[in-house]
Amino acid sequence: MTPIALVDYYEPWWIQIIKALVIFAVAFAILPMLTVYERKLLGRFQGRYGPNRVGPFGLLQPIAEIVKFATKEPSRPTTSVGYMFRIAPIIAILTAIGGLALIPFGDVQHVFGQRVGLYGIDVSVGPLYVFALAGISFYGIMLGGWASGSKYSFLGAMRGAAQLISYEVSQALALVGVVITAGTLSLTGIVHAQAGMWYVIPQFFGFLVFVLASFAETNRPPFDLSEAETELVGGYFTEYGGTAFVAYLFAEYMNMMVVSGIAVTMFLGGWLLPFGIHPPGWVDPIVVLVKILLFVTFFIWIRATLPRLRYDQLMSLGWKILLPLATLNLVVTAIVVAS
Amino acid sequence: MTPPYDPGTDVIEVIRAPAPGALRGAYRAFGETLRGLKTTFARLAEGPITIQYPEHKTPVYPRYRGRHKLHRFEDTGLEKCVGCSLCAAACPSDCIRVVAAENTPENRVSAGERYAAVYEINLSRCIFCGYCEVACPFDAITMGHDYEMSDYHRSDLIFTKEMLLADPIERTPLRTEGE
Repeated sequence: MTPIALVDYYEPWWIQIIKALVIFAVAFAILPMLTVYERKLLGRFQGRYGPNRVGPFGLLQPIAEIVKFATKEPSRPTTSVGYMFRIAPIIAILTAIGGLALIPFGDVQHVFGQRVGLYGIDVSVGPLYVFALAGISFYGIMLGGWASGSKYSFLGAMRGAAQLISYEVSQALALVGVVITAGTLSLTGIVHAQAGMWYVIPQFFGFLVFVLASFAETNRPPFDLSEAETELVGGYFTEYGGTAFVAYLFAEYMNMMVVSGIAVTMFLGGWLLPFGIHPPGWVDPIVVLVKILLFVTFFIWIRATLPRLRYDQLMSLGWKILLPLATLNLVVTAIVVAS
Repeated sequence: MTPPYDPGTDVIEVIRAPAPGALRGAYRAFGETLRGLKTTFARLAEGPITIQYPEHKTPVYPRYRGRHKLHRFEDTGLEKCVGCSLCAAACPSDCIRVVAAENTPENRVSAGERYAAVYEINLSRCIFCGYCEVACPFDAITMGHDYEMSDYHRSDLIFTKEMLLADPIERTPLRTEGE
């Protein structure tokens, strides 16, 4: 039996550790900037400035907030289930970071006389790994909401669980179309297969379904029912404060980055540039990061525009529109590829 | 048995638009979303309309009713207030306290027969209605333009005669003609 993706080189262990540390450091440096970027951009969309008092242009706002959260007294409700209450945010943030390992930031480069792939790991089951992590990440929400022992948290967790399950199906089916077209499950292989044309054009409906499902997967507006602050106080993290709250917050933004990274990799050509431009290898990560940032900007734009869906609207959109559309897209793709 | 309630002619027929079909539904879901995105992007292109308050202030109109001022005659330097307490009588929130005293040839404070020995306005109770200004027969008290009057103690908000007579710090920009 032949493996679906072949990795024809071997990286020494120390390069893998350095890679992991660098990706982790860069992502965690971007994350606080992302929070302030979202708030400033959201402000502009609403005709106001957003945070602009701490530091130049309000850029030190996340530092002030992290200090504030870190110095808070850890507390939990008496009705909460202790160890699960503590584990849930850790699950949420670990699964979010786990997805980051998969995003290819660039092609294989020659660094220190070694062949180094600019990604955490190139597994031969790329998208499946992503969905496995997304499946586990739902435990972060579910356990957190349930273990809080509060009605609002429980309601938020229940909504989040139902939402994640119903949208993960369409999201996966949307990606299967890409996998069929590319003929590989390796994410770098999929990027290489987009050299002629980005998959956003032939797989446009797949892209549409994937983006919509991604909004639901990351609990972002207009699908933020599980953390609907106007009706559920804060949803599943109502009872969390201090560092545990920051863990959930970072997990949400990290999920946003990972989902954007997957969308960029699968549909928007990863590190490839259009019009036959071939920059040197070190530009690749910058290209990917800029594309991710543009995608995140779209996330924020949608948040500024659309109101939250009702629960039955959410369910009927997921099962009655997205799932048939994704299935149709998959069938048509399969027929076109096979013929 | 009572018959079921007959609303008669009270019922108003609700006319609803036809439920959207597949094509119209798709347009409503997709086209209207794009229209919404266009609207928000226009706000982004417009730029913020916020006034950064402590640095920039909204200019007030000339008839804006801010903190009170007491006045003197410019030529003689005598106080205009004669201690008649009409302002205190007009005040709906009862925040003005006037204690009048007789002017003597040695100690002439105001132009009239009497003067206000004590003139206090409790600004934590004042509702800035301007009735005191209207009631005053000598235009001794007017409303100024200052609206930044927050303080750390309630007692600091009781303004005495000296404070009201002093030239106020002009902290508030005045709206120019046509602005």
